[in-house]
Amino acid sequence: MTVKEIVKRYGNKRENLLQILHDLQNQSPQKYLNKKDLEILSEEMKIPLSDIVGTASFYSMFSFTPRGKYLIRICESPPCHLLGAPAIFKVIESKLGIKEGETTPDGLFTLEGTSCLGICGVAPAMMINEEAYGNLTEEKISQILDQIREKESKR
Amino acid sequence: MALVHITIDNQKLEIEEGTTILEAAQKAGIKIPTLCAMPELGFKPGSCRVCMVEVEGLPNLAASCVYPVREGIVIHTHSERTRQARKVVLELLLTDHPLDCMTCEKNGDCTLQDLAYELGVKESRFGRGEKKLPLDESNPFIVRDLSKCVLCGRCVEMCNEIQQTYALNVGYRGSKTKIIADGDSDLRYSECVSCGQCIAVCPVGALIDKNAQGKGRTWEFSRVKTTCNYCGCGCNFDFNVKEGKVVKVTSNPQSVVNGINLCVKGRFGYDYIHREDRLATPLIKKKGKFEEASWEEAYQLISDKFTQIKRESGSDSLAVLSSAKCTNEENYLLMKFSRAILGTNNVDHCARLCHSSTVAGLAQAFGSGAMTNSIKEIAEASAIYLTGSNTTENHPIIALEIKKAVTKKGAKLIVADPREIELVKYATLWLRQRPGTDVALFNGLMNVIITEGLEDKEFIAQRTEGYEEFKNTVLRYTPEVVEKITGVPAEDIKKAARIYATAPTTSLIYSMGITQHTTGTDNVLCTANIAMLTGNVGKENTGVNPLRGQSNVQGACDLGALPNFYSGYQKVTDTSVKDKFSKAWGVDLSDQEGLTVVEILNAAYEGKIRGLFIMAENPAMSDPDLNHAREALKRTEFLVVSDIFMSETAELADVVLPGVTVAEKDGTITNTERRVQRVRKTIEPLADSKPEWQIICELAQKMGYKMNYNHPGEIMEEIAQLTPIYGGIHYNRLDDGGLQWPCPDAHHPGTKYLHKDKFSRGKGKFFAVEYKEAAELPDEEYPFIFTTGRVLYHFHTGTITRRSKGLNEIYPEPLVEINPQDAEELKVKEGELVEVASRRGKIRAKVQVTEKSGKGVVFMSFHFREAAANLLTNAALDPVSKIPEYKVCAVKVQKIA
Ligand code: SF4
Ligand code: SF4
Ligand code: SF4
Ligand code: FES
Ligand code: FES
Repeated sequence: MTVKEIVKRYGNKRENLLQILHDLQNQSPQKYLNKKDLEILSEEMKIPLSDIVGTASFYSMFSFTPRGKYLIRICESPPCHLLGAPAIFKVIESKLGIKEGETTPDGLFTLEGTSCLGICGVAPAMMINEEAYGNLTEEKISQILDQIREKESKR
Repeated sequence: MALVHITIDNQKLEIEEGTTILEAAQKAGIKIPTLCAMPELGFKPGSCRVCMVEVEGLPNLAASCVYPVREGIVIHTHSERTRQARKVVLELLLTDHPLDCMTCEKNGDCTLQDLAYELGVKESRFGRGEKKLPLDESNPFIVRDLSKCVLCGRCVEMCNEIQQTYALNVGYRGSKTKIIADGDSDLRYSECVSCGQCIAVCPVGALIDKNAQGKGRTWEFSRVKTTCNYCGCGCNFDFNVKEGKVVKVTSNPQSVVNGINLCVKGRFGYDYIHREDRLATPLIKKKGKFEEASWEEAYQLISDKFTQIKRESGSDSLAVLSSAKCTNEENYLLMKFSRAILGTNNVDHCARLCHSSTVAGLAQAFGSGAMTNSIKEIAEASAIYLTGSNTTENHPIIALEIKKAVTKKGAKLIVADPREIELVKYATLWLRQRPGTDVALFNGLMNVIITEGLEDKEFIAQRTEGYEEFKNTVLRYTPEVVEKITGVPAEDIKKAARIYATAPTTSLIYSMGITQHTTGTDNVLCTANIAMLTGNVGKENTGVNPLRGQSNVQGACDLGALPNFYSGYQKVTDTSVKDKFSKAWGVDLSDQEGLTVVEILNAAYEGKIRGLFIMAENPAMSDPDLNHAREALKRTEFLVVSDIFMSETAELADVVLPGVTVAEKDGTITNTERRVQRVRKTIEPLADSKPEWQIICELAQKMGYKMNYNHPGEIMEEIAQLTPIYGGIHYNRLDDGGLQWPCPDAHHPGTKYLHKDKFSRGKGKFFAVEYKEAAELPDEEYPFIFTTGRVLYHFHTGTITRRSKGLNEIYPEPLVEINPQDAEELKVKEGELVEVASRRGKIRAKVQVTEKSGKGVVFMSFHFREAAANLLTNAALDPVSKIPEYKVCAVKVQKIA
């Protein structure tokens, strides 16, 4: 859908901004809000660009740089933190060779932190795209990443 | 509101309930530190917590900028507890603030530094983090060092709520929070219009005036309050001076018109003052080349030549062009020079080219031709009808008032303009008339008002005359007829008419889009008609408000730099007036009206004007049909030009005299709301230049006429004696805020709005005005309508602004604006070169494809000598005011392969 169409679908009222941004990001193959789209959005909704980006950048779920096909989001909230989120970060960082906020050169993975995912019972937890994973260990992470790699190499 | 009793630092005070503690403290003369709040601007976010005070009985400290006082409240602003709390806040701020005060531009003028000093904070108990954000130096005027930002939010408030440019916002969150421009880009590539308003409010060194960097510390500067010389808004500010040089401009909150607001030209466009290429000595042209000369030689030559021409061909073979960039005193002296010494009324100035139709039209209808209301009243109007004024770019500070009226006070804005100007964004209705059809549009609006019975019958009966004849004419202009002529849908005409007539106060604002037509006077008469018809004149907040372009174009008219008026619009043909001036000046005077600018040049072309004195004007760029105007100047036997730079006109002169900038002289100028304000001498005249008033006096003396003043203030005394509307203007009364004319005597407070109980001419007069086509319309050969105007970053013929480095960097070259559809048909793309040609000339420039221009309409500004728009324009004149038709002519556009 074009930006225009998305705006049309929700109406150009300000209260729909977050929903529209969400759809915009989701339909982007690289899962980010690109500048051109945001400029058109600003025109269409008659909201200044500085205001749109000011609002969007407040939420960690929006990105302004291209992201990988698989977005890994590790929970950083206290329960997960206490149960080893920092270690989880280290594991993934070393496996993928990227730091928080970065994307692998092949465009496959992006690593980010996030706040509570609502599955504290299985802390430490993370999400990869829409899929949630709990009770993470180094081993489990390796398995998950390998599976994805394998799936992708068959394509 | 009720008064309450409070105690603040043991001082008892009676104060209005609901005042904030901060404001109460200010009244008591107690200074509470603040980082975020700007109470004068209504900004109190209560976020920085530096302003915390102790309120007895309250468990926690209160942020004084938001906490309201109530009966019996006891407040301690500097107790130990508040000190400790402020210290904590400060130390938190200092954890990641670069501690490089030694080299920071803000040193000495920084709230953070002051606080640290006052509280004795040397280091932060929370340790030192590191905030290193890249320096943004992309904008030619502003450096953003966000590592120093304390996130007070002031710049965002300024940019969005007052300037309303919406370039800035707070982005991200937590420790990553920072101020972003647009989508977090560099400032240069954002919406930012470089007004520098954000610099004016930033409490720390995060936003810095780029060109003042390294030029000195705030305590080294002396400050001189003066009036901006760029446009008719008449903003005041402080020149900051160090060692005889103007090093920067800062806002002066005491300014009546603008407060701390300034536009890019006023705040940053001062670097022309110290340019290397300023004219330094008099120059005399010998064998086609300029040679340096002494003042004595120059005066002698001018005196000899003018005397000789007068003897041989009579006084009326001489003429003078005065200047809307010079002071009132200089305009008065030059018209006196022309009338008393040369003996001719051939004196005019470029107001002829911008608002002579205003002067002519409003004088006929109301009796005086100036803004009826004050700038500050604009924000209070319930509706605004804006036509032929791209206010955002040409009168930026007045545009702020219009935006404020709409967004803060709920006013309805109607824009009638062929171009999609920025203010259309704020408009309830946009009427896009075909250029040159304004009379028809006005008549259409008034037709609706009368047929729907919305006219103000009482006002018409009591205060006006000529209604019936006018009404009969208007009744023929039904919305349907007018739709055909103007292209504005009949429905919109009806809607606009209803808003105009039913809003409690409707302020009509117009500018050169109305005046610069062969029907200019007719257009202006229409503005008067509609205002009277709806009873919207002679009252506060509502009236007819022509915005005058140059800084002192109002004053130059007021002081009689016009061929038919002495100062104060006293007619040269009126014998009693003539006798009065004759007596005061001790010479016989002519009662023949003189020639206007365009007529003077035509006469010069024909050899009838042999000698011409031009003070700081540039007709070789500003006049219509430039090839003709330039030829006329070349043919003038003896041409004298005074200016600060070698302008296109000065190049053609026989003698060039070096004048000075406003920074180098005292005087007054009168802004568009009739406010007479001081300009103050800030530095000594550079090189061998002299203020124009002095040049005129010395030349007069050389020609045997006694003209001698020690100071411009003495000239004003003479003006006051001879000019009823300036009768009470004396320098000692102008120090705070100036005075608005009419100001008849030394006790009169000045006049906020005109025609209160009575029009200047008695009754207001309706004029029946018929629509006439523009003088030149598009045809097969020249299919486009060509229209001209200005842009924010430049002024007039560019003589000054194009010498300002930053202004020229932002807007370096002429652009031809055309509509996307037209561009497609012409097969041109943005940035490609085109040739634009009219019957009179042709120019080349790059194309800007934009919806701002309607289909079939081509727009260009006239600031650029390399593609001077006025080579194309038509010198056809309005029959009454003799204003040329700059706004409509026919052109063809071709892509250059
Ligand atoms: S210079 Fe003016 S427009 Fe630009 S960011 Fe600052 S306040 Fe906004
Ligand atoms: S840049 Fe200056 S004004 Fe803007 S938020 Fe930072 S400190 Fe405040
Ligand atoms: S608005 Fe006009 S008077 Fe005010 S600063 Fe700008 S140019 Fe000067
Ligand atoms: S704290 Fe990690 S899922 Fe709730
Ligand atoms: S000044 Fe009061 S909270 Fe900032």
